[in-house]
Formats: sequence, structure tokens, C-alpha cells
Amino acid sequence: MIPQTQRFADNERWLGRVMIAPAIVYIVALVGFPFFLALFYSVSNITVASQEMSFLGLDNFRHLLSNRTFLRALRNTFVFAFASQVLVLVLAKILALSLLKDFRGKWVVRLLILLPWVAPISLGSIGWLWILDSVYSIINWSCRALGIFGPMTWPIWLGQPTLAMASIITVHVWRLLPLATVILLGGLTSIPQDIHDAAAVDGAGFWRHNFQITIPLVLPIMLVAMLFGVVFAFTDMIVIFVLTRGGPYDTTQVLASLAFFTGIDGGDLGTGAAIALFLFPVLAASAILLLRLARRTEVT
Amino acid sequence: MATVETRDIKKHFGDVKAVDGVDLSVNEGEFLVFLGPSGCGKTTLLRMIAGLETQTSGDILIGGQVVNDLPPRARKIAMVFQSYALYPHMTVYKNIAFPLKAQGFPGEQIPAKVEWAASTFGIGKLLHRKPRELSGGERQRVALARAVVREPSVFLLDEPLSNLDAKLRTSARDELQQFQRRIGTTTIYVTHDQVEAMGLGDRIAVMSGGKVRQLGSPQEVYNEPADTFVAGFLGSPPMNLFERDDYIAGFRPETFLPVGLHDTSEPLVTLWAKIHRVEHLGADRLLYGTMRDTFPNEKVIINIPFTVEMSITPGETYEFAVKEKDIKFFDQATGLRTEPRRFWEKRS
Repeated sequence: MIPQTQRFADNERWLGRVMIAPAIVYIVALVGFPFFLALFYSVSNITVASQEMSFLGLDNFRHLLSNRTFLRALRNTFVFAFASQVLVLVLAKILALSLLKDFRGKWVVRLLILLPWVAPISLGSIGWLWILDSVYSIINWSCRALGIFGPMTWPIWLGQPTLAMASIITVHVWRLLPLATVILLGGLTSIPQDIHDAAAVDGAGFWRHNFQITIPLVLPIMLVAMLFGVVFAFTDMIVIFVLTRGGPYDTTQVLASLAFFTGIDGGDLGTGAAIALFLFPVLAASAILLLRLARRTEVT
Repeated sequence: MATVETRDIKKHFGDVKAVDGVDLSVNEGEFLVFLGPSGCGKTTLLRMIAGLETQTSGDILIGGQVVNDLPPRARKIAMVFQSYALYPHMTVYKNIAFPLKAQGFPGEQIPAKVEWAASTFGIGKLLHRKPRELSGGERQRVALARAVVREPSVFLLDEPLSNLDAKLRTSARDELQQFQRRIGTTTIYVTHDQVEAMGLGDRIAVMSGGKVRQLGSPQEVYNEPADTFVAGFLGSPPMNLFERDDYIAGFRPETFLPVGLHDTSEPLVTLWAKIHRVEHLGADRLLYGTMRDTFPNEKVIINIPFTVEMSITPGETYEFAVKEKDIKFFDQATGLRTEPRRFWEKRS
């Protein structure tokens, strides 16, 4: 018997709208609204406690450009983002290539690699906080016990500007590596075995095979992974917040952390919003660029 | 040009014996076909010759030299894959030039070589295109050109025609054979299509269960099958096989004709069969029926050319005949060919 009423699930028009609604609500409430609020704040002199505010135009941005802490954070942001991206890409490629081969205990290695991604970020970062501690650092004690560090060598990982930056990049790489590896692994496994066999028969050695066959074929996926990585590195501050809070002397401050410390902790919402928005045009442009590139290199 | 030889070659994947002791020798300039159903080990055998798979045991010789430990690139072979395996991010030109570059061919000679290979297969105008912009037939030509360009001593072809439509496949088969005859390179060709195998091969190695069941010319494997597998695999429809006591007797559907149609002085064996169904296939008429007396109720298929106009009605029983020499005998237990068991004499 044919049912008399059309079920709701059969009505594609309404079903589609209902299914997409949560995503739209989410984007509007948690991304769109704060974004426009930030746009509005960035051209005002609003503070946390103020009852009234006035329009400043681009004054906030202009002041930032002559602020040494801001310029330092801007530079740090780029160093942080690019150093971590390069490291992540190279290491993820190596890991993904080695995970492509079959070997005993492969699942254990896979699990270990995925673990940093599964563990809560703050928990992992707190673990690192102890590893890099000035007094209890397991690295320092191990190195001393092994005789690598002499009696006068005792690096303060999070207390010396260069070491602090290196530590933060290391932890960030540790965190992003699993995702990048899994994305690349997906890309690598999507290359048909015949292509690899053909290259082997055609006489390609390891480097030619990698650089002329494998990498060009995973390039679209690599670019998407890089896009995520770049945006993540430019906008994330959890590692810095837990490990150094931007210190010592603001030497590990990036734009995201500086915006937080200025706007929320410091109460200067206007300047904080301006800092947060400063890189928006750069990020939007690089996102568009990378997506277009990925599309152009797409192969069937 | 070179000979290819395998000596008791085996490939086991755990308990599965994909290739189980194959001894073969391919002559210089020969076109040898590995024919068998899927899973018979023919592709694995080819991949071991290419060096893409390492054998569990046994030796492979190319040009008289043991190549067991040589990587594919050092074996002077070229391979065409079922999927063609063109590099999707490279133009046709770069695809064809790739093996030359990889083997350190002098750069200034590459364009001329690529032009030559491309013109051999009539794809000179497609050099700037990417594989995705090509039709199936064009892709197949590019794959062949890429294989030919380095002038290998052995060609390995893994079902290169199976992705083409039926019409294109026939013309591609013809071209492939002419081309192989012209350049005279030793060729090993894997297929599950018996028409391709019969049409192309100088010799056919019929494989099943990781073993070569028979190695011989197309006529030999068709007319003188070495065992019941070969008899049942080749021919469409395959050989009729009847079990009786300790032997199996069989004859090809096209050798079993209505008794009056045999125009020969050779001794005939006459048998009765009841026809259940008639299929008109254009050039042939297929009769499906069951045997009487000697092989009671055994199913039989009979193939009569359309030039025979005799009317056949389903449900009727007719007298058919087959030449004595066209009846083949196999051992019941092993399936191997045996001496004729003249069952028709016992009866009379």
C-alpha cells in the first residue's frame, strides 16, 4: 500500500534546509557575529570597563605600526608559522612514506603518531611545560647524566628568547604532525600502485620517483594541508599561552596571543581587536591563493 | 631482443600459492601469451619477470643472465599496464620522455626519440595534451609509445586492451601484432581473453592455479588440450566433456554435426541427442541438448554454422556424428590426456 502522507525525510527541499541550519547558526553565532563585532571594536576606543566609546577610524592600526611589541609579535608570527609549516611538511612526508610500507608493529607506530592529536592540547602542552621546566627539565637532567651537557651547561628552554621560540615551534610541530601525516597518507594511498610500478619499470630512482611522480601527485592535498597549517599557526595561541605566555620580554608573543593579552587581560578591546584583525587580509588572500593553486594542480 | 626464462619459479603469499613452480622459456622475438582465468597467477608471474614482485623461490633469466636481484629498471624491460599508468600530471610528451630521462639518455636526442615513438603510434599531434584529455584508445597508444621509446629487449603487456571497447579492441589487436612483428621484440602478453590469446600469440601458456597447464601454439592448445582444464577453458562454448567410468571423453561443439553433414571418408562415431533449445547467434546456431544411450542425460552443446540450413525443432531427438579423431580422452582422476578409449567399439 502506498503511504498517504509524504514523510518529512522524503522532502528534500526542507530536509536540506534543516540539515544545513546548525552549520549556519554555528557560523553566524560563533564566527560571523564576533568577526563583525571585532571589525566594529577595532575602529573604536572601547575598553572592558567603558560605558561609552567613540569612533577612531584607523588610529588603532596606525598606533600599532609604531609599537615595538606589536612589530616583534608580527615578526614572530611569521617565523613561527613558516618554521613550523616547513618542519611539519618535511616530517609528515617522511612519516607518511614510512607508514605506507608494511612492517611489524605498524599499528603501534600509527597509534603513537596519532596520540598527540587525540590528547587535549592543553594537557599535552602542560606535559611539555614540565619537560621544558627550568629546574626539573627531563631533557637537561638526561643530557647531564649522559655527559652531553657539561657542569656549566643548563639551558633554560622557556626563559631564553631564542630557545623559547624554538621550544614553542617544536611543540607546535609535535601537535600538528599527526594531522598532516594522516592527510598526506591519504593522499599517498590515493595514487594507484600502477603509477609507482610504471615509474619503477621506467627507471626512476628514489629521488626522481619522489620529486617527479609522488610529490606532484599529492601536491593538491599537500596544499590544502598547508592551508590549514598556515591558518592554524597564524591564529592559534594555546601552546604559547601555556608554555611562555609570550615571554620572556614578549619575545615569543605572536599576534593571537598579543591580541588576547591586550584586549582581554589588558582590557583594551579596541587595540586587541585591531591586532587580531591585522592579518585578516593576508590570511584571506593566502587562503584564496592556495585553494586556487590546489585546484589548478588537481589531476584526475 | 632477448630470451626470457623462468626456472621453477614460485610466489607464495602466506598459504596462497599464486605461482607454483613455473618453468618457461620464451624465444627471441617470440610473442608469448599467458592465458588464464582471473586469479590464476598470470599477472603475478609477469610482475615477477618485471621485477615488481620478488619470487619466493626460483630463477628468472633475461637474455641468459640471472636477474633475480636486479631492480626493474636494470632489466631492460618495458611494461604496459592494464590501466596504462600514464603520469596524470605530465603531458604526453613528458610521459614518453620520462623513461629516457630516467635512464640518463643524452638530452639533445630525446625530442627526436619521442617524435619517433609518437609517430609510430600516430599520436604525434597529441604531445602537448595531458592524459585526462585523451580517449581510451589514445591513452593506450601513449602507454605503448612510452614502452617502445627506450627500445627495450623485452615487452611485458598486462591486459593492455581490456579497457577498450570491443570494436577498438579488434583494431588495436591487429595493430599491436603488426607492430610486434615489425620490431621483433620478445613480448609477453597477459590476458584472460582467449580470442586475444589465440589471435596474438605465437605460443600460449594456459595457466590455472599458479601452474602452466599447457604451453603450445594456438592450434595445439585448442585442438590437442593437455587436460580437462584447458579443454574447458578454451573455446566458446567450451569442449563438451562426459564422465564415464574411469575416463572423461570430450569433443568440441563444432565437431559434432548432424550425421548427414559430415562429408568425409574418415571414421565417424554417431550419437543421439535430444535438443531442448536453439540459439541463433548470426554466424552460428547453438543447440542445447542432452545425450542419449552412451552418455545418458549428459548435457551437450552443439555449434552448427549458419550455412547449414537443416531445420531443428526443440524437443526432437537427432542423430549426430563426430570424427573419431576429434574425440579426446582424459583421465578421470588427474584430468590429463590419455590414450583413446574406443567406447564405440565395445558397444557394437
